[in-house]
Amino acid sequence: MAKITLSNLAHTYFPYPRGEQDYALKTIDLTWDDGGAYALLGASGCGKSTLLNLISGLRRPSQGRILFGDGDVTDAPTAERNIAQVFQFPVVYDTMTVRENLAFPLRNRGMKKDYIQSRVDQVAQMIGMEDTLSRKARGLTADAKQKISLGRGMVREDVNAILFDEPLTVIDPHLKWELRTQLKKLHQDFGHTMIYVTHDQTEALTFADKVVVMHDGRIVQVGTPEELFERPAHTFVGYFIGSPGMNLLDAAIDGNVARIGDHEAPLGGTFGRLTGRTQIGIRPEHVTVGRTGGLPATIMRVDDVGRHRILRADVAGAPVAVVLPEGAELPADSCRLIFQPEKIGVFADDWRMAPEHLKDRSVS
Amino acid sequence: MLELQGVSKIVAGKPHINATDLTFQKGTMNVLLGPTSAGKTSLMRLMAGLDRPSTGKVFWNGKDVTGQRVQDRRIAMVYQQFINYPSMNVYDNIASPLRLAGRDRSEIDRRVRETAAMLQLTPLLDRMPLELSGGQQQRCALARALVKDAGLVLLDEPLANLDYKLREELRDEIPRIFRESGAIFVYATTEPEEALLLGGNTACLWEGRVTQFGPATEVYRHPIDTTTARVFSDPPMNFSACTKAGDTLTFEVGAKVAAGGNLSAIRDGDYVAGFRANHLRFEKPNGPALELKCQLVASEITGSETFLHVRQGTSRWVALVHGIHHLTDGTDVSLWLSTAHFHLFDTHGQLAVQAAYAAAA
Repeated sequence: MAKITLSNLAHTYFPYPRGEQDYALKTIDLTWDDGGAYALLGASGCGKSTLLNLISGLRRPSQGRILFGDGDVTDAPTAERNIAQVFQFPVVYDTMTVRENLAFPLRNRGMKKDYIQSRVDQVAQMIGMEDTLSRKARGLTADAKQKISLGRGMVREDVNAILFDEPLTVIDPHLKWELRTQLKKLHQDFGHTMIYVTHDQTEALTFADKVVVMHDGRIVQVGTPEELFERPAHTFVGYFIGSPGMNLLDAAIDGNVARIGDHEAPLGGTFGRLTGRTQIGIRPEHVTVGRTGGLPATIMRVDDVGRHRILRADVAGAPVAVVLPEGAELPADSCRLIFQPEKIGVFADDWRMAPEHLKDRSVS
Repeated sequence: MLELQGVSKIVAGKPHINATDLTFQKGTMNVLLGPTSAGKTSLMRLMAGLDRPSTGKVFWNGKDVTGQRVQDRRIAMVYQQFINYPSMNVYDNIASPLRLAGRDRSEIDRRVRETAAMLQLTPLLDRMPLELSGGQQQRCALARALVKDAGLVLLDEPLANLDYKLREELRDEIPRIFRESGAIFVYATTEPEEALLLGGNTACLWEGRVTQFGPATEVYRHPIDTTTARVFSDPPMNFSACTKAGDTLTFEVGAKVAAGGNLSAIRDGDYVAGFRANHLRFEKPNGPALELKCQLVASEITGSETFLHVRQGTSRWVALVHGIHHLTDGTDVSLWLSTAHFHLFDTHGQLAVQAAYAAAA
């Protein structure tokens, strides 16, 4: 196992790039700690698969270095990188038994029979397939086959890292829960460095200790699930994390007040002069409904999603979503929405701005 | 109106669809919810006339259409894979069904532009499908399905191949598109959340059988059996066996609670309580409540909430609690559950008492 360092890494698919816009992956400096559980989260086309292919060696970067531990592997082929990969669709040999499938990477490396036997037993138990070891893989469900793929990714103890590329996409919701918890347990028990690529925020947040959010070829934030939720560094993170995502409203920032149209919302801190497009961001979970105070709103629609309701409102021409807890009273057509001041983020040209100093709590 | 009367499908002696009665009214959204191979696609193919039922009849606006060819009916289908003609631009893709039907040029133009506007494709009409994002490609496929002015639109997991956030956006658009079209929509999905967000009616499917059909929120809050409760729950519904004797409910896991309110009316005997992850709490709620002492198997943090996977004896449950909780696996946790949040089922899995909170909602 090893720490993975990406240094000044960039990649373009153009032979003669004209500029930054031709780079699928703009310059990246990042360290993946040994034994960490990471998610690489972003929309299609954000560069996450390109980054994964550079780490696994399927592509050679246009610029920069990749280190495993202290060793430079930038030019090393995939086979020499000692990496295990699990893909979106199960890769299973139908004519082999489950045991043979799991043993395959160990046999290839010429491991001893006794060791293979005990290691496969251990992994089979972890993925809950100890009772199906001797049956052929043919005819197993897609879920079971994907479990075998996960198990095979995990079977070698000496790998530098395990890369997962959208491994649960084809799995039914109920089994996702089971496989995700198993994966987490596997990480705790075996301690491999794991990098999990996904577009699904729930999978990313629940799996990883640290989530790397990518947007438009860049890393926009690296943080714990809590940091991404509470303090998104970029409006994209605000939008992408959370369901519905963060409400973003154009606002003029004046000290500790945001002006939205003709209305004002108090902020949790005081801000200096900001340049560029200024916005405030507030999570639907941090908006409350009232009769007085706050901002005037018109209710457009209410969606009942079972465990809570989502209120869709209009505030000064901008859409605002509010999460109403189960049992909460539905407001009248027009109401006031109160944004919790300390939960409001201030963004200039999409990047989060820090307040100059925190407002004295006793004043609010 | 689409009506299935005793429709079944038997393949090689095995029932893929058990005898099903379903009625979809004009202008309704109907979701078929169930895991992979529950029979969603099979049922849709029977509705469309792509397959002939082994027994039963299909009626369209009162007329028997069983065995009628799909080409002769006003039906549109959208699949999980975005199907567009790669060599035609968006305009020609949308126009293709109308051209096939031999409509005149001015009508085609009008309908293509109307449909494109409804799906926010107007600025993209000159683009080729492969120059579009996945979401735009699927909107193009949707437009082609809707332009025909079909009376029945069948959507088979249309968002499954899209990014999570795109799915969220299209899920938001589909109910609006559906309202504007006035057609009967039938929408297959594996995701309970999608069924709720789309609104309308939900039919829960399990092993080729419709277990319950009704307005989505009603089926969600009043599942009539454990199968429906399980299908319409993500994270999975929790279950615990219990016995009622007099005014006490005793759970297999040892806890006891007063069987008051609507629980007092049922006969003494064995039951199964079903409860949702989000109804388990750290704090003791008001009113009668059950304390579940469990061991933490794993926890997952979502940013604002924490999923706790817990175990007690052979029972496994999932709790979703507010806030971020950093807990070590293997520690003992105590979770509370209000009796108002029990769905009580008999030992055959049939609903015995509906949850008090749902009855009040």
